Amino acid sequence: MQKTWNNKAWFMVLPVLVLVAFSAVIPLMTVVNYSVQDTFGNNEFFWAGTEWFTEVLESARFWDALQRNLFFSGVILAIEIPLGIFIALNMPKKGLGVPFCLVFMALPLLIPWNVVGTIWQLLSRADIGLVGYSLARLGIPFNYASDPLHAWITVVVMDVWHWTSLVVLLAYAGLVSIPDSYYQATKIDGASRWAVFRYIQLPKLKRVLLIAVLLRFMDSFMIYTEPFVVTGGGPGSATTFLSIDLVKIAVGQFDLGPAAAMSIIYFLIVLLLSWVFYTVMTSSDAAN
Amino acid sequence: MLELNGITKVDGADTHIHPTNLILERGTLNVLLGPTLSGKTSLMRLMAGLDKPTSGTIRFDGKDVTGVPVQQRGVAMVYQQFINYPAFTVYENIASPMRIAGKDKATIDREVRKAAEILKLTPYLDRMPLSLSGGQQQRTALARAIVKNAALVLLDEPLANLDYKLREELREELPKIFAASGAIFVYATTEPSEALLLGGNTATLSHGSITQFGKTIDVYRNPVDLFSARTFADPPLNVIGLTKKGSGFFSGSDTVLAVPPHLADIPDGFCTIAFQPHHLSLHRPHATASAVQARTIISEIAGSESFIHVAFGEHRWVMLVHGIHDIDADTDVGLFVDTRHLMAFGADGRAIAGYSQKAA
Amino acid sequence: MARINLDHIRHAYGVRLSAPDDYALKEVHHEWDDGGAYALLGPSGCGKTTLLNIISGLVQPSEGRILFDGEDVTNLPTQERNIAQVFQFPVIYDTMTVYDNLAFPLRNRKVPEPEVDRRVREIIEMIGLSDWAKKKAQGLTADQKQKISLGRGLVRSDVSAILFDEPLTVIDPHMKWVLRSQLKRLHKQFGFTMVYVTHDQTEALTFADKVVVMYDGEIVQIGTPAELFEKPKHTFVGYFIGSPGMNVIPARIDGRTVEMGGQTIDLGFAPKIASGARTELGIRPEFIRLGRVGMPVTISKVEDIGRQKIVRAQFADKPIAIVVHEDGEIPSEPRVTFDQASINIYADSWRVGGEA
Repeated sequence: MQKTWNNKAWFMVLPVLVLVAFSAVIPLMTVVNYSVQDTFGNNEFFWAGTEWFTEVLESARFWDALQRNLFFSGVILAIEIPLGIFIALNMPKKGLGVPFCLVFMALPLLIPWNVVGTIWQLLSRADIGLVGYSLARLGIPFNYASDPLHAWITVVVMDVWHWTSLVVLLAYAGLVSIPDSYYQATKIDGASRWAVFRYIQLPKLKRVLLIAVLLRFMDSFMIYTEPFVVTGGGPGSATTFLSIDLVKIAVGQFDLGPAAAMSIIYFLIVLLLSWVFYTVMTSSDAAN
Repeated sequence: MLELNGITKVDGADTHIHPTNLILERGTLNVLLGPTLSGKTSLMRLMAGLDKPTSGTIRFDGKDVTGVPVQQRGVAMVYQQFINYPAFTVYENIASPMRIAGKDKATIDREVRKAAEILKLTPYLDRMPLSLSGGQQQRTALARAIVKNAALVLLDEPLANLDYKLREELREELPKIFAASGAIFVYATTEPSEALLLGGNTATLSHGSITQFGKTIDVYRNPVDLFSARTFADPPLNVIGLTKKGSGFFSGSDTVLAVPPHLADIPDGFCTIAFQPHHLSLHRPHATASAVQARTIISEIAGSESFIHVAFGEHRWVMLVHGIHDIDADTDVGLFVDTRHLMAFGADGRAIAGYSQKAA
Repeated sequence: MARINLDHIRHAYGVRLSAPDDYALKEVHHEWDDGGAYALLGPSGCGKTTLLNIISGLVQPSEGRILFDGEDVTNLPTQERNIAQVFQFPVIYDTMTVYDNLAFPLRNRKVPEPEVDRRVREIIEMIGLSDWAKKKAQGLTADQKQKISLGRGLVRSDVSAILFDEPLTVIDPHMKWVLRSQLKRLHKQFGFTMVYVTHDQTEALTFADKVVVMYDGEIVQIGTPAELFEKPKHTFVGYFIGSPGMNVIPARIDGRTVEMGGQTIDLGFAPKIASGARTELGIRPEFIRLGRVGMPVTISKVEDIGRQKIVRAQFADKPIAIVVHEDGEIPSEPRVTFDQASINIYADSWRVGGEA
């Protein structure tokens, strides 16, 4: 009902549509093209049909990587979302602390992926890294290069350090937009701190949290740079996620067909899971 | 002249506006009166060109403007919220529509000062809107609407967020401002008293339909249906279902009210009888008034007058009487209904016969 | 329920300052009766919400003490003051059902479940939402939500006071009538101490036993609706109560007579006025009789507002308003008489009495 009606509005969004076409649709179509053909270089193509797709879906390597991805995203969401909310709840709502906290929180977000990788790679090294060295002194021989568990911990800690801030900032923005009278009413109703969170803050945060979950899911599911820099997918294939495997196949082995097929499957999985998240999280709205 | 010819607004399964015809003349003040969600804002958005009607045509001064977007129509709008440019001074806020229109500096200055004078904003021209009181902020928005010199000015509950007394003052000033320009003014409100104080014409709205349109006082005195009558009653209208037999209105075998001369010609049978709260009184107002027995529920005292809520059988009525009458709850009282002002409605809610012709 | 004592309370936002004008709330020192219904009435910025928040404990007064039944609660937080409050805009718990919303304040205080059920059913019936009890509060309309807020304010039977901060702002006019009279009935029935903040005189007068009129951080008058209407202590009260407000006309007082622009009236008493004071006569539009006898006026406009007419006229070179009954006629050579008993005399804006 509140929509403003104007035909010319379409012209305004035309540049964006063109841009999206060039940056997303056309490259995607190229990938689709590769995924159904075979090539041996020198621009000769042979129709391969669904052969590459079958190959990818039948390979244990693909399913292993997918499992790692799902597990990784699960761990990331389970840590970053509650941690982000917790930090946001404890941040000051007014006063001089606000700008300080916000800048401090935003810092990790400003650092490029590969630098994050390098920082943590150095930090966790037992010989020269602060963390690795300290752990070694405490009698814990931390070695992400040989111990799969250590490699995982490193990658997870790195992501948590890098991205929890995003959740914090989103949750904080949601929290400060709750009118004061809600807090006053809960005081008068004698609600506990937990009840305030459960019945006022969490429901009011739902929409921003939905965005946070979606962003963190999509991003963590496509993780590449950090494990690539730190572990290179190892030890063995312990941290070989879909993206790393994809690059190995495409760039390492130059198997463009299977790589393209895998890209498309990968893309569809991200799309499907994002849709599932979205529907599940908004379904309670619709039920009302 | 603004003409709405059979316009509708349908959004999916929701019909916001049912087929509506309305003609508003230049230089008039027109009130859209109805409860929240009755379609006042939807209708205004159609008039402004913010929304395109699903069907029907809109003509302005004879020209078809049905698809013409708001930017190309001479429309000014004032909302319930105080909407000003926070980074501009009051002067610049008022000047902004003229700057966009490319008026010369001297004209702008003259017009801004004139509008500021009318709306008592002259001392605040250099201030920022947010440093002003709510009343002054809304005056700034009104001044901006005035200088725009628009042919159609839409005011959507402009006084709803203001203090009671400020409302009273602006309500008195607004008709004067309106009279000075030749524009069509449309004013949406939920309050019957506001419509009556503003005067002009009133359209009563219900569920996306205009139920009646005419001079405000005529709509108040001669509602065409029960809905218009209810919309225009504050305190709420007193209503009772009765059966007319000859010279009396009966409930079962008891005569409740005498049939007044202006209702003598309506056919016998069941009808809904309604009357305004001030036509119920503690003392016989007129020789022909009917006496009824009721039980008090609560008395409210509002300075010069009292509102006494009573139960008459299963009906709840309100009595508005002058002076202070604090009657205890659950007291049996003898009351009088001034039958000269009764209204009668049929089963379909339409008025069977007019309300007191004498008073109009 | 409790008696409320406001003991020399003053409040300034931000830094404490010394000049009296720096206080948003100037000295308030009053005792409010147990079980009384009070309305705080005044224009925005008059300090009425500040005073309400001091009572509820959301604001700590800069100076002074507040006592409930003689017990000093100045330093107690809101939770421990045992009060209920309803805000201007609906505050509801979206994810809970209507029933659970109402039960929330009781359950938080470990009220036994059968008692919770009894109270909630009673209140839900009163606010007319029985059919919605099992529905999530989220999907309701604004006035239904506000009814829930009101219900949550009323559900506890053991509170010291119930505070209302302009609770009917978002309610449609017809529903206002219903809710207001229900509140008043509840008050009569249960004898809650209620404090109601509003800028709407009709709401204040109809709701309260005692109306507290505030202006510019000060209490100007506390009185019954009748007192405020008939004997406003200050010209501001005369203006603010009544619609249209009281006519205030500059006048010269000489013993028992008053002179305005060449017209003299016998007052029937001699007001005691300090020399040099600015004197005015106040008369309500309802107490001016328009007819063929009395002092001449020039009518500039007649507003027919249905059940009565408001006549705008010039009297002694000043604009005045006169209220005429629905069926009242307006003579062609209009003259007015003032009801002697309803005349108030003001010296420097404050009402003065006289020797009887």
